[in-house]
Amino acid sequence: MIFLTRRATFSASHYYWNDSWSAEKNREVFGRCANRNGHGHNYTLEVTVAGEPDPATGFVVDLKWLKDVMEREVLAAYDHKHLNLDVPEFKHRVPTTENIAIAAWSRLEPAITAAKGAKLSRIRVYETPEIFAEYRGWQ
Amino acid sequence: MKGASKVYFGRRYMLSASHRLHAEALTAEQNRVAYGKCNNENGHGHDYFVEVMVGGPVNAETGMVVDLAALDSVVRERVLDRFDHANLNLDPLFSDRVPTTENFSRAIFALLNDAVPNGKLEQVRVEETENNFFECVGGRINDYGASYSGHKSDSSSG
Repeated sequence: MIFLTRRATFSASHYYWNDSWSAEKNREVFGRCANRNGHGHNYTLEVTVAGEPDPATGFVVDLKWLKDVMEREVLAAYDHKHLNLDVPEFKHRVPTTENIAIAAWSRLEPAITAAKGAKLSRIRVYETPEIFAEYRGWQ
Repeated sequence: MKGASKVYFGRRYMLSASHRLHAEALTAEQNRVAYGKCNNENGHGHDYFVEVMVGGPVNAETGMVVDLAALDSVVRERVLDRFDHANLNLDPLFSDRVPTTENFSRAIFALLNDAVPNGKLEQVRVEETENNFFECVGGRINDYGASYSGHKSDSSSG
């Protein structure tokens, strides 16, 4: 089994806010991230797929294909967008790094599974070089 | 999108420390052979990157596995305040153990294991330089936990 990882970057703004809480509690729990005018990050998305190299090509997956899937399914929706306002899955879910990792999995998994090649193994999302979240599917 | 599955949250920290790789049980010549430049009598230092990974369900209200500020506070108190700008060989944890990065990663895992604010400590990765790193995923860490208690009571004396 070979694990292959493709990396991409996107830039987006967001804020942390739970509508069922008071403004005071939002500020207490989320601190500066609760500023309703938002702030932004340069995110790094790492997508890891697992499989056996094809005997003819030596590829686990075609990297160009994987790049296109990532751009179509994730970057087109997230890059240079406001995650809370522009992305449906974050209308009622806080766009934390954890939730972005889960959402990116949901966006990518059907296309990767449909290709009947490698399996999606891991999604890692870096909010900054020092902070990341990783999702490995349902565990 | 299901909400209760496990997510891993990772956070990187940096600390600068000195050390010397030297095993008392070996002769001077054996130490030089085993550790090479790292056996230099007066020690040397590194900027270590410590990556802490905590796994658990995402809290439905906060969207978080673990509160970042609370995790930072624990890591600062238990690891950074203890090892940053210190000589690892002089720490009680390394009184009878060579401060290799293997042992250092295991020691940090033991120091944090029962202290993460939420979720479970899954992995501690320590990068000694940009070309080598070590990952501890648990295992034989109980002896380090005992040393941590000892350090707390010793700390007032110096």
